[in-house]
Amino acid sequence: MHQMHGTGETGAVQPAIELRGIDKRFGAVHANKEIDLKVDKGTIHGIVGENGAGKSTLMSILYGFYQADGGTIHVDGKLCDIKGSEDAIAAGIGMVHQHFMLVETFSVLENVILGVEGGAVLRDGVDKARVELERLEREYSLDIDPDAIVGDLSVGLQQRVEILKALYRGAEILILDEPTGVLTPQEADHLFRILATLKEQGKTVVLITHKLREIMAATDNVSVMRQGAMVADRKTAQTSPEELSELMVGRRVLLRLEKGEANPGATVLQVNDLCVDNAQGVRKVKNASFTVRAGEIVGIAGVSGNGQSELLEALGGIRSASEGSVLLNDQDVTPGKGVDAAELRKRGVAHVPEDRHRMAMVTGFTAKEAAILGYEDDPAYNNSILLDWHAISKATANMMLEFDVRPDDPDLKAANFSGGNQQKLVLAREIMRDPELLLVGQPTRGVDIGAIEFIHKRIVAMRDAGKAVLLVSVELDEIMSLADRILVMCDGVIIGEVSAAEANERVLGLMMAGVDPNEAKAVEGQA
Amino acid sequence: MENFELVILLLDATLRTSTPLILAALAGMFSERSGTINLALEGMMLGGAFAAAAVAYYAGSPWVGLLAAIAATIALSLLHGFACITHKGNQVVSGMAINILMSGFTALVGIALFAQGGKTPALDKASRFQPITLPGAEAVRDVPILGPIYFELLSGHNILVYIAFFAVPAAWWVMYRTRFGLRLRAVGENPGAVDTAGISVVLMRYRAVVCSGVLVGMSGAYLSTAQGASFLQDMTAGKGYIALAAMVFGKWRPFPALFACLLFGFLDAAATRLQGVILPGIGEVPVQLVQALPYVLTVILLAGFIGRATPPKALGRAYVKER
Repeated sequence: MHQMHGTGETGAVQPAIELRGIDKRFGAVHANKEIDLKVDKGTIHGIVGENGAGKSTLMSILYGFYQADGGTIHVDGKLCDIKGSEDAIAAGIGMVHQHFMLVETFSVLENVILGVEGGAVLRDGVDKARVELERLEREYSLDIDPDAIVGDLSVGLQQRVEILKALYRGAEILILDEPTGVLTPQEADHLFRILATLKEQGKTVVLITHKLREIMAATDNVSVMRQGAMVADRKTAQTSPEELSELMVGRRVLLRLEKGEANPGATVLQVNDLCVDNAQGVRKVKNASFTVRAGEIVGIAGVSGNGQSELLEALGGIRSASEGSVLLNDQDVTPGKGVDAAELRKRGVAHVPEDRHRMAMVTGFTAKEAAILGYEDDPAYNNSILLDWHAISKATANMMLEFDVRPDDPDLKAANFSGGNQQKLVLAREIMRDPELLLVGQPTRGVDIGAIEFIHKRIVAMRDAGKAVLLVSVELDEIMSLADRILVMCDGVIIGEVSAAEANERVLGLMMAGVDPNEAKAVEGQA
Repeated sequence: MENFELVILLLDATLRTSTPLILAALAGMFSERSGTINLALEGMMLGGAFAAAAVAYYAGSPWVGLLAAIAATIALSLLHGFACITHKGNQVVSGMAINILMSGFTALVGIALFAQGGKTPALDKASRFQPITLPGAEAVRDVPILGPIYFELLSGHNILVYIAFFAVPAAWWVMYRTRFGLRLRAVGENPGAVDTAGISVVLMRYRAVVCSGVLVGMSGAYLSTAQGASFLQDMTAGKGYIALAAMVFGKWRPFPALFACLLFGFLDAAATRLQGVILPGIGEVPVQLVQALPYVLTVILLAGFIGRATPPKALGRAYVKER
């Protein structure tokens, strides 16, 4: 028999969740290795780790989405056999998934009662549900209209609907998987206030994230995962971001990039009143005007979906401008009027698109095929009419060496490289052609910390070599550590510009929410 | 007065021609709202029509024929579900396969059983659904205006016509006012939401295709044992596709789909009426052109007018838990 360890002061309080020896494999990937985890009742417990460390898999097992190959789950000290979500719900576990599990065409109320309708005919349960919902909203100050259509709500509100769903089902334990990835800092702050209220009410919260700042600010305890294993448990008050990041990566990393002063030269890219519409004819970029000079990195910050993607795609030549003009070294390259991606590439524009798998590479190709995409008609890669595979292999091997792509096998399928190595290969393809202007979107999305550091250094090296860089990222940390000037977009409009020196998360966050920069700085001044 | 009578007769015919479309469109709606494309309506309708006519002939009762039709179409729905839901196959391919299969299979079995070139023997009166005279219809027959409307238009249809029109509000109620309908719509929009709510996505989708089977079975039985008096090879003649078009035109909703079906039914009825009619200034209406009208309209509507209809989000996608 296993003897339970009491907490000492309060006697034998059972942990809310105890995992013993949880093991899970997906084919050759050992996603969870003999994981032990204890989460105390009434605490906020953080789980950190790099992408692919196995956090989400572990929580999906706890919520019954996957079955563990081995190990046991104990809730409130009782052994629980969780075979599906319904078992997890019955055990009082609720989960807010990274990608929301909501029906966008339904109202908030309909989403909340789905699965617990309280009778075969909806009318019987709906009125009771409405009363209960209003009580929960008041108690946790969630502030949502039960009759609003979920698809019309902002991402932050949709997330609260997910929380509401869990609470309505009587969840005592709430798991949140990367909850702040899609939120503005203000929305994230509101979320953390809600979590604090939940804790006051005696609920247990498990917070999965890779953002150390959130762990430090919000949690009581923290567990660190690395490569499928649980490597450490700490009390948050007794640890530091430096220690945690070291535990996550297994070695010390630079959290802040060290870079010298920018040395901007002549204007390379000039954008005048550029407007871009999406396929549905909705204007996504509204009268954007800015410049990027040689030897500087201009960052575009904003909550995902506020027009940055369309702006970047237009500048890369894969989306037409509706109005306005774009000048590259004083020559008109307004996208759409005879200027396409191929033409821009010829003129020295390199583009690393945001979505690696959809736009930057073909995952079914080998590394060497992926390494020439977009430049396949370059004479260096061609004999008279056939591709010169010998030259291509050599060029790819050179890229792999220069950008530390592992494994350095030009014949390996692109899909078999990790996200970080795929991205390094794409960057190598674009940067090694020595472009005048580098357009780069979400350079470190789905990339592990070691590779992030490398990629950031290469982007700064581009700048120091006197090239112009336009960086689009939804990661504020990334924007703040890389960019020399920061433009903030909200709802298609460039709200304002902040220099790297005066940028901080609060000011940027307010601007990302659409607050005028001067006002944002004033608010900051009062705080 | 003559024109009034013509209109009444035309509308009367409209009700009869739109009945199989309405039942099949509702069938398609149940399946597609749950996320399973049902291109197999055509083949299922054909299978239902054959089963109804063949069994009604042996049993001497249209009701036994109807049950046989429903049993046959439920079986076909389960086959479609097995391919699309359990084995996550391509839903369009599975649907087309069923259509091709049933076109040949009904003819084959028909020839084997009855040796009449794929037809089933003509049904006698007792083996078919007969017109029902609504109470008081005879009495008000001669009342001007209202009399013909009640006697000709509303009364005198067989039971399946009334069932079809009753099925529309019933389907609406099930879809929007019951737990089953809520879950069915949810599973077609975001199966992940249903799964995480602790409900089986697979079971929900199977239940939806079974509902679809019941309705399309009735529409098949209507063709061979109510409107017609025997099964004819390929007698559906694209009605399954037209019903599907009506459902899409009706944006996957019961009442708009009803109106779309009535529109198609009206064109069909008008085509029959207009044959050989000499219109002033135009001359005799070419029969082929009139007969092509419903199909031409289908193409036009599907291509242009309903471009912005938003289908259920998960339509056509098998549910796979993401890694």
